[in-house]
Amino acid sequence: MTQRIFARFLATLVLMLAAAAAFAQGLSGDVPTIDIKNGTATATPIAVIPFAFEGAGLPPDTDVTAVIGNDLNRCGQFRTLPKTDIVEYPTRGSEIKFPTWNLLKQAYILVGRQIENPGGDIRVEFELYDVAKQQQLLALAITGQRTGLRDVAHQIADLAYEKITGVRGAFWTRIAYITSTGTGNNIQYALMVADSDGFNPQTVVRSREPLLSPAWSPDGAKLAYVSFERGNSSIYIQEIATGAREVVSARKGINGAPAFSPDGRKLALTLSFAGHPNIYSMELAGHQITQLTRGFAIDTEPKWMPDGQTIVFTSDRSGKPQLYQISASGGAATRITFQGDYNANASIAWDGKHIAMVQGSGNVYRIAVLDKTTGDSKPISVGNLDDHPSYAPNASMLLYTATEGPRDVLYAVSANGRVRQRLVLADGDVREPAWSPYRQRGQ
Amino acid sequence: MKLPIRVILTATVAGVALAGCNRVVKPPAAEAAPQQAASQAQDNGGKYTVDSLDSDSCLRQRVVYFDFDKSEIKPEFQAQIACHAAYLRQFPGARVTLEGNADERGTREYNLGLGERRGNAVDSAVAAAGASPSQLNVVSYGEERPVCKEHNEGCWQKNRRVEIVYTAKQ
Repeated sequence: MTQRIFARFLATLVLMLAAAAAFAQGLSGDVPTIDIKNGTATATPIAVIPFAFEGAGLPPDTDVTAVIGNDLNRCGQFRTLPKTDIVEYPTRGSEIKFPTWNLLKQAYILVGRQIENPGGDIRVEFELYDVAKQQQLLALAITGQRTGLRDVAHQIADLAYEKITGVRGAFWTRIAYITSTGTGNNIQYALMVADSDGFNPQTVVRSREPLLSPAWSPDGAKLAYVSFERGNSSIYIQEIATGAREVVSARKGINGAPAFSPDGRKLALTLSFAGHPNIYSMELAGHQITQLTRGFAIDTEPKWMPDGQTIVFTSDRSGKPQLYQISASGGAATRITFQGDYNANASIAWDGKHIAMVQGSGNVYRIAVLDKTTGDSKPISVGNLDDHPSYAPNASMLLYTATEGPRDVLYAVSANGRVRQRLVLADGDVREPAWSPYRQRGQ
Repeated sequence: MKLPIRVILTATVAGVALAGCNRVVKPPAAEAAPQQAASQAQDNGGKYTVDSLDSDSCLRQRVVYFDFDKSEIKPEFQAQIACHAAYLRQFPGARVTLEGNADERGTREYNLGLGERRGNAVDSAVAAAGASPSQLNVVSYGEERPVCKEHNEGCWQKNRRVEIVYTAKQ
């Protein structure tokens, strides 16, 4: 008996090593090319077993299991068991043989099944287990249309993530970004919105003139952005579902860097019509503006702290760009970055304790994270021309723009910087990512 | 005396025809415009004609370049500033947009500010050399309108520029 177990253990070990080699080459299949650049040696191992389809018709086109697995892998905190290592296929808790998964060194196992309802929609039932304790952690069901199963899969990944880590999952979220294709006088720009894994891209607006700085409203229904279609920079707010949009500022000079307040009632922005780029706050109800910063420097890129009381912004008032903070009602600004020649373009984590930013030293620009409590910053990207960090709403990951040769591309990096993935979303340049807030049902 | 109906009808038709002729005679607006422009265009007198914009070697220079992180006008561009200012002084109806640009390093919104600083520097210099401020308009494109995309100083220096764009020649 012992000999058989030992033989099986050896065979499994060989399988695992082979699988690790295969895994290191990256994922393939039906996702936009996501290359995992770094190893995930410290990630939590979880087995996601294919969710069997129970229905009379054809199985859905969406591979729910693959979507869940890709989500868990890309946040850098999990490592899913490769398909080739899955030797048993339980679909419910009662079918799980825990010794198998213990032998495969899995900490958790996620099983499920997709049941076709008479109306044609699919009920996805799933269970999450702690393998060592043989303990059920989740037993739930989510129903969706065949065309909405990616959303269901992201929601399942979020629930599993939250159960295990204690932090709300951010897989069922969206990203906005700018694309530009063509050269010279024939450049086409577009503001796009896609699922946070890059699927289902939709065009929000197209232009032959530059588009910049997309910013989500807190309810996820609108985007503010800068457009040059009127011949100068102006700020628009557009409702994503309907396409309806309004110009909220088209003053002389720069109209830039819009940012919604956490309560959705105000917009911070950069205006230079009074002589120099300064930070203003606009009441969205009536568009009245209040000037927050003054002086001759370039003050821009305002971002709200989560309590809505403070605004962090970029200013070169001390020579080169650094981050400062100011009360949302105006007053004196205090500097908050003291390491690095150049610090700009903040993205604030949901708890206000970490700020991602562009940090420049010589000609190398990387994404760095400032610990607001200690004042220390640590680079988490490689450079040389990285820009525009954007935190996921749970701060587990960041998006940013990197430059590879002549192209701009998006990368997602785990918050600790250990796992980095390239998102290939479109031909041409892809840049200026903005991660949406948590989604609400019906969006 | 009774007029024959034929005469009355003829008179009526003639009257209608004449009325129709009146409506046709109005000249189309396009034909009138050049005459109007010629009568409004002012020329304060000087060495230039409108064609000089295409033929004069100084006026043909439309780009001012800048050092990294700087918005000061370098000495080698003073002559270019002066000749455009002279042209604008001679033709008060001429209008120029000064498009400010920056190289790709750093963030896009900050670079909007840098581009504007450079545009403003040229604006001040051209105004100081005699153009009227109302003839000048600054627009910053930041790093959005690169003329090249290589990641080296040879390309970056071509992008750190202000372009002088005539939106009205006189």
